[in-house]
Amino acid sequence: MSSFSVTEPSRRAKWFAGTLVILYALITMVPLAWIMLTGFKSPSDAISYPPKVFFEPTLEGYVNLFTTRTRQTPEFLAANPPENWYEEIVREYDMVIVGPSKFGERFLNSVIIGFGSTFLSIFLGTLSAYAFSRFKIPLADDLLFFILSTRMMPPIAVAIPIFLMYRQLGLSDTHLGMILLYTGVNISLAVWLLKGFIDEIPLEYEEAALIDGYTRFQAFYKVVLPQAATGIASTAIFCLIFAWNEYAFAVLLTSGTAQTAPPFIPTIIGVGGLDWPAVAAGATIFLLPVMIFTILLRKHLLRGITFGAVRK
Amino acid sequence: MAPIIIKNIRQDFGDFNAVKESSFTIEDGEFFMLLGPSGCGKTTTLRMIAGLELPTSGEIFLDGEEISQKPPSQRDIAFVFQMFALYPHMNVRKNLSYPLVSQGMQRAQVKAKVDEVAQILGIHDILNRPVGGLSGGDRQRVALGRAIVRDPKAFMMDEPLGALDAEFREHMAEELRALHDRMNATTVYVTHDQLEAMQMGDKIVVMNNAVVEQFGTPQEIYDKPATMFVADFIGSPSMNFLRFEGAVPEGARSVDLNGHMLGIPRQMQGASGSLVFGVRPEHVTLNDSGTYRGEVLATEYLGTTQIITLATPNGELKARIDSAQVARVGETVGLGFNADAITLFDESNGGALRSELNDEVLAHG
Repeated sequence: MSSFSVTEPSRRAKWFAGTLVILYALITMVPLAWIMLTGFKSPSDAISYPPKVFFEPTLEGYVNLFTTRTRQTPEFLAANPPENWYEEIVREYDMVIVGPSKFGERFLNSVIIGFGSTFLSIFLGTLSAYAFSRFKIPLADDLLFFILSTRMMPPIAVAIPIFLMYRQLGLSDTHLGMILLYTGVNISLAVWLLKGFIDEIPLEYEEAALIDGYTRFQAFYKVVLPQAATGIASTAIFCLIFAWNEYAFAVLLTSGTAQTAPPFIPTIIGVGGLDWPAVAAGATIFLLPVMIFTILLRKHLLRGITFGAVRK
Repeated sequence: MAPIIIKNIRQDFGDFNAVKESSFTIEDGEFFMLLGPSGCGKTTTLRMIAGLELPTSGEIFLDGEEISQKPPSQRDIAFVFQMFALYPHMNVRKNLSYPLVSQGMQRAQVKAKVDEVAQILGIHDILNRPVGGLSGGDRQRVALGRAIVRDPKAFMMDEPLGALDAEFREHMAEELRALHDRMNATTVYVTHDQLEAMQMGDKIVVMNNAVVEQFGTPQEIYDKPATMFVADFIGSPSMNFLRFEGAVPEGARSVDLNGHMLGIPRQMQGASGSLVFGVRPEHVTLNDSGTYRGEVLATEYLGTTQIITLATPNGELKARIDSAQVARVGETVGLGFNADAITLFDESNGGALRSELNDEVLAHG
């Protein structure tokens, strides 16, 4: 590009835009960085004032997160020297590890419920969005409005009826119950977002596939689905983020078997109050799946794959 | 390759009647044009043949077999879309292979077939490119390739040149016609461009307002229009209509236009009332001895010929004459008409009156 180009931004504009983006990134990253750092602090460093930016990192928080421990008598401790590095860490507090904590289980629950409901939302959402987009459905507009209307109040407003209903149906504190609940909340978003994406895909692609000897369903999954990948990816991210972070229903409807990580993490109690490094460590690990999922799907979010194939 | 017979097909979209009972026959190996203004039902007709729409009533025979209610995948008909509709997530080779893969063809065979087609169309060097970055012409060729690769019984083309630049269109039209002649494939081609239809078609169906107006060779349709719509739609400038009140008996060889007797082909059908004297611009001559006169309003110089617009007692008239002839604006000149090329229309229904000229054409149209 020449320096006189009309469309190319000037150097100064680029610098300005770059600075703005970096500033924004810094502001949003500080709390994240704070949590991640706290996870590696000792309990006293974590609550010291003024806050410590430089400290001696320790894995204490992570060890506490994943284990349950008890205090022991000096005789017992002397008779059983620590066998590995994490034993050594807890020995500083005259404690021994008696077993794993429930964090692993709770985290796994989050994964099952989060990804399960995301998959179900996308599966049902894609099929119904395709139907709404392509077929003549009686009362289609009213149905779409009805689907949207399920999101017109905060879901938690119906917490009590759902609580009673779930108890009656035996869905309280079950994976299935939570998956169905989050799917129910996400499905309207999924149908509307995906319908928008599928509407954008020209009908000719499917018609071409029909002509080329494929059935309607083959045309759908071989031609429409790859085209809708961008939309499906971004919808999936939205659904996962909601299901993954949901707290209120999780507190209300789960207590044991199906409890997810969000209600569990704040209950990690350490010696003499909340164990902040362990909580921070839990939060850090909790962040990872959504981050990895988003990074994996980033390619689809950014790529306009239908570019140039149809002249409009 | 196979003939296609269309019998009384009709398409309703709710209350809207897109195609009224239409019938015509497409012979084996013909390059067949469906011509008409937008919204006339020509694309709907094409889509019914291909199976993308199912007709409300009527029958379609492909190679003797009734197919009107079959899904497109069972018809063995290829379709070239106006916007090409190449699968954007596949490269050129995959696009071309796609119809073959659906038939369960062996991989080696698919490759050989695709290479052969790519050779024919001159696109073998772009086989591994994604379709996104291709030029309009190359996309057009890939779309054609996808159609011809599986040797279907017939091709449907929905304004395939519509998305190309004007300059490139003509070239592509020639290429298309050459391809057709080489493969001798039954082809149904939709267009709203009468020049394209005349240039490429073996036969033309002219449609308007959901009905077939006329069906015949380009020459028949040009020289012997069955309706005023066809006469007006085909040709540039279109046929002149000189309106008059009067009567024409059966067997008449001339007609009275404001007291001037003008020669016409021998009429085989009498009519009276509001009639129309139809003459193509090239059948009008400037003739000083002519008693029927008109005033020159404008002249358009076109190189070898010129178009002269005249005011006559029966309305405006355009004449295509040699550019060497002199015509001055404002002058009143005598006019002559080629009596053998005149068509009379009954204005009340727009239909042509049967005469020696068009009898044969109207009989089967």
